[in-house]
Amino acid sequence: MKKILALLLAMAMVFALAACGGNSAPAATQAPAAEAPAEAPADSGDAPAEAPAAGEASGTFKIGGIGPMTGDAAQYGIAAMGGAQIAVDEINALGGPVQFEFQAEDDQAVADNAVNAYNTLKDWEMQIMVGAVTTGSCVAVASEAYNDRIFSLTPSASSTDVTAGKDNMFQMCFTDPNQGKAGAEYISTNFPEAKVAVIYRNDDAYSVGIRDAFYAEMSDSIVYEGTFTADTQTDFSVQVKAAQDAGADVVYLPIYYQPATVILTQAKSIGYAPTFVGVDGMDGILDQEGFDASLAEGVLVMSPFSASSTDDLTVSFVSKFQEAHGQLPNQFAADGYDCVYAIYNAIQAAGVTADMSNEEICDALIAVFTSDDFSYSGLTGEGMTWSTAGEVTKLPMAFVITDGVYVKP
Amino acid sequence: MVFFSYLFSGISLGSVYAIIALGYTMVYGIAKMLNFAHGDVIMVGGYICYCSMSYLGLPALLSVLLSMLVCTVLGVVIEGLAYKPLRQASSLAVLITAIGVSYFLQNAAQLIWGVTPKIFMSVASFPMPESVSSLGLSSEAVVTVASCIVIMIALTLFVSKTKMGKAMRACSEDKGAAQLMGINVNQTISMTFAIGSALAAIAGVLLCSNYNTLIPTTGSMPGIKAFTAAVFGGIGSIPGAFLGGLLLGIIEAMAKAYISTQLANAIVFAVLIVVLLVKPTGLLGKAVPEKV
Amino acid sequence: MKKLKTTTKIDFATYLGVTLAFVIVYSLQKAGSLSNAMNSWLVPICSFIVMAVSLNLVVGISGELSLGHAGFMSVGAFSGIVTAMSLTNAIPSGAVRLVLAILVGAVFAAVTGFIVGVPVLRLRGDYLAIVTLAFGQIIKDLINCLIVGYDSRGLHILFNISGQKSVTDLHMDEAGVAIIKGAQGAVGITKLSSFFAGYILVMITLIIVLNLIRSRTGRAIMAVRDNRIAAESVGINVTKYRLIAFVTSAALAGAAGALFGLNYGGLLSSRFDFNTSILVLVYVVLGGLGSIWGSVIGATVLYILPEALRSLQDYRMLIYAVVLILVMLATNNAQLKALLGRVIPKRKGARSNG
Repeated sequence: MKKILALLLAMAMVFALAACGGNSAPAATQAPAAEAPAEAPADSGDAPAEAPAAGEASGTFKIGGIGPMTGDAAQYGIAAMGGAQIAVDEINALGGPVQFEFQAEDDQAVADNAVNAYNTLKDWEMQIMVGAVTTGSCVAVASEAYNDRIFSLTPSASSTDVTAGKDNMFQMCFTDPNQGKAGAEYISTNFPEAKVAVIYRNDDAYSVGIRDAFYAEMSDSIVYEGTFTADTQTDFSVQVKAAQDAGADVVYLPIYYQPATVILTQAKSIGYAPTFVGVDGMDGILDQEGFDASLAEGVLVMSPFSASSTDDLTVSFVSKFQEAHGQLPNQFAADGYDCVYAIYNAIQAAGVTADMSNEEICDALIAVFTSDDFSYSGLTGEGMTWSTAGEVTKLPMAFVITDGVYVKP
Repeated sequence: MVFFSYLFSGISLGSVYAIIALGYTMVYGIAKMLNFAHGDVIMVGGYICYCSMSYLGLPALLSVLLSMLVCTVLGVVIEGLAYKPLRQASSLAVLITAIGVSYFLQNAAQLIWGVTPKIFMSVASFPMPESVSSLGLSSEAVVTVASCIVIMIALTLFVSKTKMGKAMRACSEDKGAAQLMGINVNQTISMTFAIGSALAAIAGVLLCSNYNTLIPTTGSMPGIKAFTAAVFGGIGSIPGAFLGGLLLGIIEAMAKAYISTQLANAIVFAVLIVVLLVKPTGLLGKAVPEKV
Repeated sequence: MKKLKTTTKIDFATYLGVTLAFVIVYSLQKAGSLSNAMNSWLVPICSFIVMAVSLNLVVGISGELSLGHAGFMSVGAFSGIVTAMSLTNAIPSGAVRLVLAILVGAVFAAVTGFIVGVPVLRLRGDYLAIVTLAFGQIIKDLINCLIVGYDSRGLHILFNISGQKSVTDLHMDEAGVAIIKGAQGAVGITKLSSFFAGYILVMITLIIVLNLIRSRTGRAIMAVRDNRIAAESVGINVTKYRLIAFVTSAALAGAAGALFGLNYGGLLSSRFDFNTSILVLVYVVLGGLGSIWGSVIGATVLYILPEALRSLQDYRMLIYAVVLILVMLATNNAQLKALLGRVIPKRKGARSNG
């Protein structure tokens, strides 16, 4: 028994340590305004619910977030949910008639866990969903949300499978095909004669989706394609070497920033210096602690967001995110933030109240999102609009990393 | 020429597997348990070294030593709290506990150090002649292979020559008989974990020096691969772990280079299956005669 | 009742317990008093019970450590999904398609189990474990290359070994539907699984496994586990009996996979990785090796545990790990066992009196 006691004490110690050293938790810290009654103010309470566009939006809406908070992909989920939380706090601090309660649930980037997380949020009476962060989870959750008529806006699940056949599902990020096309267009405009190598992760829906679209456009210029999986993402020296031997002078990396970091390092170590072209998942590469920015010198990132932008919105968001998480936000965080604000704007445009049913809110918001005169400008783009298929229209911004900051070419 | 550069890639990767496999095989050989938490001790070793260099500003060598010290203590504590009470239990019970410890370390690391990757500054970086580095042979790989060989020889000598080493071998053969001969079995096994965890710290530092990003799950996949390597070479055999690790790395690199990057992992495992079918105790493992 | 053997009593208690639990939960569900979260647990719990019971057949009864059980689940899940989706027009009834999908999943997994089992079972101990792990990884990687779709001309299957192919290479006509899109997984799945189907599958699994164990074959399997040489010397065909256990287990895992796969709108092959195999092994060991009702309870409790810990937020998985370690220590604690040993016979005595 003594040993068990000792074990417990040791665990307790580790917790204490963890609590001291850990970054403050972004997950599900409820907004301070959450105590406000969910019922709409009395004067608008009697407004007929069947005419949503007529009334004024009010009440405390419950927004649920789903993303990986533990496991391999936790860095993306925590960022996206952290960004959403900042937007919720800002909106609540405005003290307007529309208030939000936000709760994020962990799905470990696994589809069935995401469905459990979704149902947990439904028990919490979620009215609008921000999620899921990863594509695989989002496909599974989207079909649930479609059946339950819960309006959903995902910050980062970029596959077309997410929105296919579901009118309630919208994306804040580029779709994979658009991203692949944009990359191909950029490369063929700026490096018309280039030989291109692609290194992508072939057990990841996001990476494969972009690569397929890219390949369809560029198949003639591609001299080498190398892949890796979650199990082989330790070492890329063979792929990098093969790209070099194939004479590629542009290397397209439709992958996240963490494996990209290793690829850049290994290319440098064998003296291979092509132009690396990344996708939005590459954003965040500069924010890694201890990253040597010279490695990424000249790398092209197709990202909708740059933490080094100097506009007021970005500056204020970056400082708030840094305060909460001790690091610069990446595009996942920015997309999460934009999701909440886009929903906020749409709620006001639709004039929905929090006491309406999910179906009513969902239909009203769909009508707003797909209407011609609704557009949203935020951290990740100006004048974004949404198609009836749920796809966002915004321009991909290309940045070249110069001296450790994003510079527009 | 190209072939050699792929070979060097394989050796670099293989040496990392080998150095992790040495720790695995050491613990398995003596304590007869699959320590699935070994990969996560490696990750902790990487983080400690990182923190010591970036936050405390200590020099690389001192950081490695500090990391070894912390991991040794961690290993002994884990062993004492989680594995020692299960000395009489089935080996599967210990395996599950090791998995619990693995989850624990990963999640504790996430809470302490966060999930954003940390970029590890190589501790084994020195200028190499141009002709060598252009072939893809990095200084880290050279250091890793050299450390592997040194550790392998040192371990072999330790196990065969010293008193403690002999006690370990005795425990490995027969715990009960060893106890009767006056060997403190518990202490010997704790010592094994101490050494295994110190090796894990070195492996962690070298893993991160070779592949410079560090996240809480950094250790898990290399850990499984290294376990595979240890079995490949004959689990429990110290030279076998080295050989198995190197071969596994080389096969993986060759499969990526000449067959398919897509199926590299599947090919590695297929080769492993074939080898084990031909030689059921691994390359250098000794067949234990069955007691009738 | 007194004449029944203890094992028979335990078996009937297991059937009865599972049925009772089902009836209670099912009526609560129908009455609408289960939360949404609880509702969403039911089918995966049934799947994982079947997984745990079938793995127990290999690990507990046959005595071989398998670290690749999720591979069979994966085979069953994806073949089941293909079956159910490609028959959408031919067979309108969802229930019939679900049954067919589970059967096809079981058959495919059994075939895979046979292919894997023949070489694997020549090995022993940790070497066998590592080879099952290897097969699990290979299955995962191969399914990751699979592209399947169907159109008016039938089923199109493509094996994307080169990594250069995508759904367009299936050359389907306009009405074609992609079922499995390689790494992008199975998408647009119509949910067919239900708690009732899950219960039926659990019961069938229990009946198969318990009858197998109590049969002549089962005794032979256990004899091989306990002493291979002695078993061989009395004329038991060791390989045959180990294979029977292994293939049965794979088939049941495939059925569980089909049930699991048809419960979600989308599924990735990476779901069935090493970690999933390990998770099921944890259910089995915590439930008790060789104890079938233990596996049922182990799977149920350990599936719910991380879900129930959601309120702990960031500490969720950490606490889960701690609970895992503590339970392992507690169940193997000699003093605690002695204590339980003193309590349990009393209870048994009380029961036979009553």
